[in-house]
Parts: sequence; C-alpha cells; structure tokens
Amino acid sequence: MRQLFWVIGAAVLMTGCGSAVKLDSVPVEDKSGVAVSQQAQDGESNAIAKSGVSAVDMGKSSPQVVAPAFPKVVYFEYDSIVIQPEFQTTIEAHARFIKQNKARKVALEGHTDERGGREYNLALGQKRAEAVKNALSLLGVPEAQLEAVSFGKEKPAVSGIDESAMSKNRRTEINYR
Amino acid sequence: MMKKLCLLCLLVCTISLPAFAQFRVDVSGIGMNQLPIAVAVFRGEESSPQKISSIVQADLVRSGQFRGVDGLLAGLDEVARPDMSVWRQKGADSLVTGSVVRLADGRFDVRFRLWDVIKGQDLGGQSYAVTQADLRLSAHRIADFAYEKLTGEKGVFSTSISYVTKASQRYQLWVADADGENAQSAFASPEPIISPAWSPNGTQLAYVSFESRKPVIYTHDIVSGKRRLLANFKGSNSAPTWAPDGRSLAVTLSRDGGSQLFSLDATGGEPRRLSQSNSIDTEPAYSPDGKQIYFVSDRGGAPQIYKMSASGGSAERVTFGGNYNISPALSPDGRLMAYISRVNGAFKLHVMELSSGVVSAITDTLSDESPSFAPNSKLIVYATQFQGREALMTTTLDGKLKARLAGQNGDIREPAWGPFSK
Repeated sequence: MRQLFWVIGAAVLMTGCGSAVKLDSVPVEDKSGVAVSQQAQDGESNAIAKSGVSAVDMGKSSPQVVAPAFPKVVYFEYDSIVIQPEFQTTIEAHARFIKQNKARKVALEGHTDERGGREYNLALGQKRAEAVKNALSLLGVPEAQLEAVSFGKEKPAVSGIDESAMSKNRRTEINYR
Repeated sequence: MMKKLCLLCLLVCTISLPAFAQFRVDVSGIGMNQLPIAVAVFRGEESSPQKISSIVQADLVRSGQFRGVDGLLAGLDEVARPDMSVWRQKGADSLVTGSVVRLADGRFDVRFRLWDVIKGQDLGGQSYAVTQADLRLSAHRIADFAYEKLTGEKGVFSTSISYVTKASQRYQLWVADADGENAQSAFASPEPIISPAWSPNGTQLAYVSFESRKPVIYTHDIVSGKRRLLANFKGSNSAPTWAPDGRSLAVTLSRDGGSQLFSLDATGGEPRRLSQSNSIDTEPAYSPDGKQIYFVSDRGGAPQIYKMSASGGSAERVTFGGNYNISPALSPDGRLMAYISRVNGAFKLHVMELSSGVVSAITDTLSDESPSFAPNSKLIVYATQFQGREALMTTTLDGKLKARLAGQNGDIREPAWGPFSK
C-alpha cells in the first residue's frame, strides 16, 4: 500500500514538473535534408519554421543575452513586400530589444522563392529586408544599428517547388551580428 | 513536345559521354547552309596526348555552321597534296590536314593546311610550337583559322567562358575553354557566387560574393589570382558589368535604399548614381559603343528592359511583350539583345533584333537564365535545366543547333563568355 502511495506521489510530482516551463520547447520543423545541412554549415541563419509561439516580451535584458528567443523570421506573400499584420508583434518585440541593446548590430536579410532571375530576385529580397528595416525604424530603432541586405534566391530555407516550400523561402530574417 | 524530348533523350543516351567536361552537341542542326568539312586525322596524332583533328572537328560542328564529314584516312599531312576526288566523293567542300610531332625539348610542333576541295586549292596553313598544356589551344586556333577563312567571321574557339558550380554547399567560379575543357577554379567559397562579368580585355572577372553574409562585388585578376573588393557599401552590392573601355563598371547598389544603378571606377572609390527611380533598377548592360546602358526596371509595375544614356537620365522602354523581361545581354556587333522572358510561367531565352524590335524565342527549355553572347556575336551561352539538372547550353542565333555542358557533380550556372584574346 505504501509503495503504491509513493508511486502515485512520484507520478503526481512528475506530472507537475512536466507542465512547468514550455518556453524552451519551440518546435523547429525540418522539412528537408537541405535545411538541416544549411543549419549545420551556417550556424546563424535559422530556418525556424512558422510556429504558433507568440512573441514574449523579454523586458529589460542583460548584455549577456546573445539574441532574443522569439521568432526571427517575417514571411511574405508571393510577389509581395507587404508585412502582414500577424508579424507586427514580432517586429515590436525586436524593436524593443534592439533599442535596449544599443551596441548590437542587426542584419535584416531578405529572401525570395526560387522562381525568376537571380539579380531581380536579389532586388526583391532587398525590398523585403527594407520593409522590415523601415518597420523597425518607425518604432524608433536607430538606423545605425540596422543593415538591410538581400540573399535573393540563393539561400532557401526549404528546398522544393511546391507552394508550401516556396512560402517558407519568401522571408526576411532578423539576424543579430 | 514530348516526342521531341524523347528523341533528345535517345540522342543523349547514344552519345557516350566519358566525362561531363565538354560541350556535347545534343541536337543535330537541320542542315541549312552548313558547310561540309572533313578534318583528316593528323599524322602523328595517335601517339600525341590530344586528338587534334577531333578537337578541330568538334569546334567547327558546334558552331552550327559546319557539318562534319568523316576524316578517317591515313597518310595525310600538311604537305602532301590530297586526292581531291576522294574527298569530293565523301561530300566534303573543305578539308583540313596536318601533323603533330614531338620535339626534342618536350614541346609539340603542330602544323596544318586548309584545302578547298571543290576548287582543289590550298587555302593556307600555319604551324605552332606548343607545350603539351597548350595542345588543345593549337587545335582551337586551327578551328579559328578554318572558320574565318570559310565563313568570313572570326572564330571563338580560342576564347574562354566563366561559370559557377555548386556542389555540396561549396561554390566555385571557373574559367574554362569555350568547349568546356581545361576548367580552372578562380575562386571557391562556402557561400554563393553569382553574376560573373568579364573585363573587356579578358584579364579580370567581376563577381558577387556572399562570403561576408551580404552581397559584395569583387574584381579578380585571372592570371595572378589577386582580387580587389570593389563594392561593399551599406546594403547589397550586385550586378557588376564593365563599360567597354574597361575603366569603370555599372553596378546595382542599395546604399541609398532600394536597388539603383551606379557607376564605379574600376579602381574603386565613390560611386556615381545613374538611375533615379523609386523602383527596382538592376542588371545593367552597356551597348558595345559604350553610349547606352540597358537595364531592368519595374518602374512600370513589372520588370521590363529599358535603355538610357550611359551618363544616366531618362529611360526608354525596350521590351513590350509579356510582363516579365530580365537579364539583357547585348551582342558585340550591336545588332541584337538576348534576354529572358517569362511566358506562361516558364522562363525562356529570347533574342530581339534591336533595329526592328522583332523578337524570337529560341529554346525548348523552361528555366533559362543569364544569356551571354560569344564575342563574334554568332552564339549565345545560357544556363538552363535539362532533365531536371542544371546545365549550360550554347545555341546558334536561330536556335537550330545547341550544345550542352552538364555540371560534373552538381549544379552549374551563371555563364559569361569571355572576349577575344588581344
């Protein structure tokens, strides 16, 4: 009888522990082998799939914090540079973080899907990077901390020519240097 | 369409490819006005490292202007007068004979003579003393000689092409002979390389590298391997193209916001802005006389090709078909513009006659990119997808004869045809 009590007690305890902090368990979806090797090779470029995690205000952060742990990618519709409303919270969170870390430099890296010419897509990616940069500037982030650059179609996050893959490549990544 | 593709597959399968290193003729041209030429086996060729006659024949056939006639006949060289009736019977109008002799110092003495079979005339010949490494080049020079004598145009067989390969997350910029052989790596990087552009004198390549986690422009001296960081302004730096006098480049910079055209001295320095629009202006290409710049702009709502004075200013629209026209390349003789046009979702190589505006689509493929003219204006090299893989193609201006170069172990793209060597 006593043993049963301990087992139940342990089970209850473990359940309790299990439901504690979930912040670290952000799902990283790897839809293809290519994305994995890109992550291994190019450590800073995060191919974080669109997740349901909403931005958490980190508040005042210490200088030791390397980069904010909320989504760093803004996705775009086909042929569009318009930032959809669903990304507004993410951008606001980054704006707050960057303003509080005045020594940090941030690169806005624009990308396109693989359709079309390389140089024209480089220019389209640039527009996507600048859209996010402008949004951050409007929230008071100093221009000196931001640089908008483009990778065009050269660094897709996901390989594949179906719309699901391509939609994950039309993006601007917010990368802290 | 499917039947044509099946035929192509058959052709590719029957041609045994020892390596993917050379442009192979995949589609036999419909023989309009092709000059039949025989290149006899050169005396001494069997024991030489390079089969000179095969290289000459392959060059001439790939130009689209010649049809190869079997040259297998022993006992000929550049001295002995061939029996013209034999060659007339074989159907050749012209004949090349020659010899390859190894010299005491290890070099090779290559000699040839070109014959007019119909008139029974000697059209001239040359001799070269070359190292083993230059044996292929001597064959290309022979092909150039025959081509020029028989067509009146300069041959491009001794020129070079540049291109980029990607294999297992490694990018390389290559310089190879115009037939795809002798490729040498100019630059390797774990990050993308795009938009190689030859300087007018053929000694340098400008290109865009992402090695610094953003696009920047380098100019690279091919012989010394030394490179100079030409443009690393704030934002993206791309689409370099040399002015015909070699003293400056037009580039696309986003330092002022957006993508705009600037002129930059080849030695670096402050760029001078050329375009003034709130849209994307990119992919500049000089007219051969250096007076105008053709470029891509979406100022009208969708990417089209425009031209403006080389000093900047107002632009005039050049392309009107469809709603996506990019990647202009001007022929060195000033007559034509090759470009890529999106048609029903496919990206296809088009050629426009500039004086009339008449446009022809000259490929059957659906993902064409980055066209570049040969320096004699008679061929175009471009990148495309063939049977699911990236490949480079050369094509005659009418699209009738194409030759394909497949990447060895991965993807191949961004070709640029080098100039005549000075």
